[in-house]
Amino acid sequence: MKAKAADYLIYDEASGRYRESPEQAVRDDVEKHYWLHVGRTILKDWRLYLMLVPMILVFLFWRYFPMYELLGSFKVSDEVKPVSQQLFSGFSYFKRLLVGGDTLSTEFWRALRNTFLLSFYGLCFGFPMPIILALFFNEIKSNIARSVYQVLTYLPKFMSTVVMTSLVTMLVKQGSLTSGMGIVSQFLANMGWISRDVANAGLLNNPNFFRSIYQISGIWEGAGYDSIVFFAAIIAISPTSYEAAQIDGAGKMAQMRYVVLPSILSTIVIMLITRIGSLLNIGYEKVLLLYNTNTYVTADVVSTFAQRYGLAGAAKGIASAAEMMNNVIGMLLVIGANTIARKASDVSLY
Amino acid sequence: MKRKLEVSELIFKILSYTLLTVFALCCLYPFVYAVSAAISGRAAVDYGEIVLLPKNIQFDAFRRMFNDNMFWNSYSNTLFLTLYGTLWALGYSILGAYALSKRRLLFRKFFNFFLVFTMWFSAGLVPQYLNYLDTKEIFNAIGIVDDKWLVVIAMGMAAMNIILLRNAFEGVPSEIEEAAIVDGASEFQVLSQVYIPMSKSTIATVALFFGISRWNGYFWARQMISNANEHPLQVFIRLKLEQFTDPEAMAGWNEVYASDSVIYALIVCSIVPILIIYPFIQKYFAKGVNVGGVKE
Repeated sequence: MKAKAADYLIYDEASGRYRESPEQAVRDDVEKHYWLHVGRTILKDWRLYLMLVPMILVFLFWRYFPMYELLGSFKVSDEVKPVSQQLFSGFSYFKRLLVGGDTLSTEFWRALRNTFLLSFYGLCFGFPMPIILALFFNEIKSNIARSVYQVLTYLPKFMSTVVMTSLVTMLVKQGSLTSGMGIVSQFLANMGWISRDVANAGLLNNPNFFRSIYQISGIWEGAGYDSIVFFAAIIAISPTSYEAAQIDGAGKMAQMRYVVLPSILSTIVIMLITRIGSLLNIGYEKVLLLYNTNTYVTADVVSTFAQRYGLAGAAKGIASAAEMMNNVIGMLLVIGANTIARKASDVSLY
Repeated sequence: MKRKLEVSELIFKILSYTLLTVFALCCLYPFVYAVSAAISGRAAVDYGEIVLLPKNIQFDAFRRMFNDNMFWNSYSNTLFLTLYGTLWALGYSILGAYALSKRRLLFRKFFNFFLVFTMWFSAGLVPQYLNYLDTKEIFNAIGIVDDKWLVVIAMGMAAMNIILLRNAFEGVPSEIEEAAIVDGASEFQVLSQVYIPMSKSTIATVALFFGISRWNGYFWARQMISNANEHPLQVFIRLKLEQFTDPEAMAGWNEVYASDSVIYALIVCSIVPILIIYPFIQKYFAKGVNVGGVKE
């Protein structure tokens, strides 16, 4: 808006002089005593601001105060002294992790690569599955039959991570003198897909199988539930669109290509971008519950690395430095993905 | 031309029915297998003879579970954490979300950023752990020695849930609120009499999210709860799994049921209550995904 002189000054006929307009006087006052004004507003509306207090306190105490402890990654770790009294060590931990040349730095790079690869494979194999499922659900015209299928596929989602990983552990467990191997290992060995010795040693003890187990259990657990959002987009397509395509002679594939895909593309893009944004924020619980010393080569991710050295071990500074690097890159990815989403589709995620 | 159309559609239909059936059976099978393995005789489980149906049925593995006081104890601990944790998180989330939904709130942008930033960046496990240790000291100093309360109060906050609530509150028409204010309603009355009843389904969804994350919570409960009597169910299951899958510890096992049956029984016992309430919460679950998909 363009400012006009009349907004600020008023010509006073009686005295023949200009004087400040009363509204501008209020504006000036607010500007001059900004914090006083803020205080008055808050006091007048104190109930509303009181409601904010518990939430702010909770987030401050248990989300923001930990960030202060990040200072520990620049300081010499000390079990006794609080972080404020520790001596500065500069970027030595970061340097050691990145270019240290010892086992610690090799393990860190391995963990970073595993973090990225687990997410990336999840993107390649885990992401399309819910979309395919949603397309299949759409083929089932009977509501009852569809509900049955949907309920069955959502079922694994209702287990906690601990129960899910326990079940997976039992299904592919190793054979011993007293008990045989898990039923899935048995099946794979009987089909001849893996050798009996490998199956008997326990698939979770074999680094070659960790990624597949992680992805397959992820699909088993989440694909049905994740398909809800895509299915909602598909049933929103008007039946007339299909009819028009059929009249134009479109086969099933052509209908998929020219009717369904364009309609659900925006949902796919949004979901994909969210997925890319959280590429480095991999859930540590599942890895922690599935991995063991034999599978560190493929299973160790940055947060489990930090858990092992910082919580179970005593290298708190190094562990938090490692995770901080991971989380900063992760944050940049989220913000980048969100910016792209906003530019591309006018829908931002946050 | 017409015939060709039908063929391609028919093929796709057959394909989708087949693959869906296969996938649905894959989803169902582990549960059926777990039940069968839990109630089968020792030899059948140990030699891997169970494929689908149980053999030499026994219920001793379940009986062992039900006679274990620690099992019931962990169940009641989980119920405690879920109930109080959900109420606490839902309480401050509703209050905060209501304040954030008001356009007249000063520094609204700042408060929103304050929340959203916690979704982008987390300090990580070690700093959080050190922070929880400090919190534990404070709690002990003021006389709360149960670690359960630490888990209830200090964990499980989710900025996303607050944003969902805020969006729902923003959708309430301002005319209704104005009418209530004209009738003399105070701020808290407006919230409890107008906003909460009008966004019931979102609140139910968010409560469900909080409840599920509490029910499933494992890592921090294991880290921070030192007393074994206060362990929730998830920690109990995990500890049992670690104990029972250790071949050396199980070498002297001489019961009529296999050691694996105990784990399967435990898994079944932890899933059954969820299956019972599943029909009641399913619609909120489905709704949550759609709300969570695209936001303002």
